[in-house]
Amino acid sequence: MILGFPLFPEQASTMAGRVDALFYFLLGVAAFFASLIFFLVVFFAVKYRRRSEDERPKPITGHLGLEVFWTAVPLGLTLVMFVWGALLFFDTYNPPLNAVEINVVAKQWMWKVQHPEGQREINELHVPVGRPVKLMMTSEDVIHDFFVPAFRVKKDVLPERYSTLWFEATKPGEYHLFCSQYCGTQHSGMVGRIVVMEPAEYVRWLGGGATEVSMTEAGEKLFQRLGCSTCHRPDGTGQGPSLVGLFGKPVQLAGGKSVTADEDYIRESIVDPRAKITAGYRPVMPIFKGLISEDGILQIMAYIKSLKREERTQAPK
Amino acid sequence: MNGQPVARREHYLNVSYGVKSWLFTTDHKRIAWLYLVSVTFFFFIGGLFATLIRLELLTPQGDLVQAETYNKLFTMHGVTMIFFFLIPSIPAVLGNFLIPMMIGARDLAFPRLNLASWYIYILGGLFTLAAAAAGGVDTGWTFYTPYSSIYSNTNVALTVVGVFITGFSSILTGLNFVVTIHKMRAPGMTWFRLPLFVWSHYATSIIFILGTPVLAISLALVAVERLLNLGIFDPARGGDPLLFQHLFWFYSHPAVYIMILPGMGVISELIPCFSRKRVFGYEFVAFSSVAIAVIGFLVWGHHMFVSGQSVYAGMVFSLLSFLVAIPSAIKVFNWTATLYKGSISYDAPMLYALGFIGLFTIGGLTGLFLATLGIDIHVHDTYFVIAHFHYIMVGSAVMAYLGGIHFWWPKMTGRMYSEGWARLAALIIFIGFNLTFFPQFVLGYLGMPRRYHVYPPEFQVLNVMSSAGASILAVGYVLPLVYMIWSLRYGAVAGKNPWRATGLEWETPSPPPTDNFEVTPLVTEEAYAYDAIEPEAAYAGRPAHV
Repeated sequence: MILGFPLFPEQASTMAGRVDALFYFLLGVAAFFASLIFFLVVFFAVKYRRRSEDERPKPITGHLGLEVFWTAVPLGLTLVMFVWGALLFFDTYNPPLNAVEINVVAKQWMWKVQHPEGQREINELHVPVGRPVKLMMTSEDVIHDFFVPAFRVKKDVLPERYSTLWFEATKPGEYHLFCSQYCGTQHSGMVGRIVVMEPAEYVRWLGGGATEVSMTEAGEKLFQRLGCSTCHRPDGTGQGPSLVGLFGKPVQLAGGKSVTADEDYIRESIVDPRAKITAGYRPVMPIFKGLISEDGILQIMAYIKSLKREERTQAPK
Repeated sequence: MNGQPVARREHYLNVSYGVKSWLFTTDHKRIAWLYLVSVTFFFFIGGLFATLIRLELLTPQGDLVQAETYNKLFTMHGVTMIFFFLIPSIPAVLGNFLIPMMIGARDLAFPRLNLASWYIYILGGLFTLAAAAAGGVDTGWTFYTPYSSIYSNTNVALTVVGVFITGFSSILTGLNFVVTIHKMRAPGMTWFRLPLFVWSHYATSIIFILGTPVLAISLALVAVERLLNLGIFDPARGGDPLLFQHLFWFYSHPAVYIMILPGMGVISELIPCFSRKRVFGYEFVAFSSVAIAVIGFLVWGHHMFVSGQSVYAGMVFSLLSFLVAIPSAIKVFNWTATLYKGSISYDAPMLYALGFIGLFTIGGLTGLFLATLGIDIHVHDTYFVIAHFHYIMVGSAVMAYLGGIHFWWPKMTGRMYSEGWARLAALIIFIGFNLTFFPQFVLGYLGMPRRYHVYPPEFQVLNVMSSAGASILAVGYVLPLVYMIWSLRYGAVAGKNPWRATGLEWETPSPPPTDNFEVTPLVTEEAYAYDAIEPEAAYAGRPAHV
């Protein structure tokens, strides 16, 4: 803050320090080579300045050893950058298993958030410090991008599919949330704040809206209201396959292929059920596209995820 | 002959007069002038948009223009500067003028096609200007779907039609260059005697021919989706929005090399001339151009690290992006080594060339940050990216373009510009450029997203610095326009080789005759034979040792 403004953003996630460390490494390499080139250019330009119009410098056509040297050294350095950066990148793709899952729906021009416990927020996201948080995100219209500079995380949010992003906040406070993929007129207004709270405080905040219905309960209600439960019976006797224990498992499709029942598959099976038919079932499910909101799909998703095999006895009546 | 002053020597400028003699010319040198005038026009239009952007960003609130207007300004700034200034600038002006002369030919292989390319370019430009006049377009120059194809209610179709049309001008120019370089070299002008300017234009032409059709296809598909409601990119109708990004960047990343490779070619001419030395490692500089053109086609996915493409695709594209940085590094090292033990003068073109090395070094090194997956997650779509590509496409490419215009100005016009003003302008541009764009690296790492009309107040100081720098940069860009035009009438008369440079273009009078050479030159020497013998003696057209 010597200059009256910061040169580096705040570090508020487990990823921030790691990204910055790599950034400093690259900054060091870049500064070294930039200084080297600047120095040589200025030094040669001064030392070998033209003193007489008749100068005929001896030609130097090249030097193979030097060419090999200044090809190999940058190549080696960039490979270090590549491996280091790729490892970091890989970690950002793999959320820890114990992550809290929060749903985000983007639309022109706002962020709609729903916590598993049912709390909804707009352009705000409350998260606990010290716990990994995984965001399950989709868009209702164009491509948006969820960007929290203090966490060094960013991910495009696309329509009709899910993007995920995870982080673990390390410092309570308020941080910027930006949409960083241009999305139309009020793009720069599609901003919000991330509020990082102490765990106890977060629990209190969650309890604040006491009347909230959890995502799973809301999903179950929707599941019944839309008539899904008539066919998708837990015991598998309905016209549709049982959804108990479905999430994350392979599904055998008609035609011999098989697919993992992840979020995108389940979403597709709701909005366009005829795209992939489970082996042994007829394509009789109506298309729900336009009949259910993205928020609603996420609630049903939470419900389907909650249908674990060992909890069969607690499955819907 | 022999350049002795004749009362009124006939050359390509005075061989005929009148608007028709220009609009129907097939002389590559006159067509270069048509391009020079038109790209200059588009440069200042694009600059006007940039001025309004920088003025708006002086304050964190959106007080100068509405959000909608701001979005149109940055879109039209990008579209104008990229498709109508940067891409045609060096190839269509300097390449057109110089390639036939450098290889000892009378014209390009297809002179009428060359003129047609200019008309196609102008037609595309008129469509785009019409789109601007009709209210503008607000998609960003990247036209990302489904925003561009479904949601934007601005003149997207008109604009993409303009860019689509202009693309054909690039394709035809590239084709013309490739055929010319293959088939029309003077006797003795072997591939490894070609000036590096020609090599880099050869590489550029390959990208023109292979890349531009893909851009045309992707933009045509956007127009089709928009006008006919077919589901191509819109996922709500079964399309894939990422498909557009793949198609768009398959062209638009190589397009970055279209903008910089010709500039590298210019620098490879200027540095030997003003150091009076051969280029260090000629073959390495030549082949690095080809390597950039080839590898440049395989790195498009680095624009999509956070888009949702697979993590493994991201890794492959990251690795390839590092590889494409190597040939650029090789060029910088070889240019620097060329200075070693040279005889260096500080004429204006050389100041532009040295400035180019500085700005290109910064632009290239910051590209490494963006190729690094772990860092790109943070800086993608922020001002860090803006700063990086302006260092390459404006800092470096425009620096090279102006350096080239100054260097070959006496050949094109037969007049010298004012050396003092030219050096001052080079200095002002270098300083103004760094003041404008260096703060944007800091802004980007702090997290300021690009394309933001309104921004958090803590970013204001850096934005004010950037806008202040831009005002200096603007002065630097207007100066050459003034003193160059002034020199047309009042400049000192230039001889045929005021820089005592090697190269066939300096063997013919300034301005050159319509057929370029009175006698077809015979080449017996490698390029850049600045040593030992007088450059004029390097060509057997007029052997000196007789």
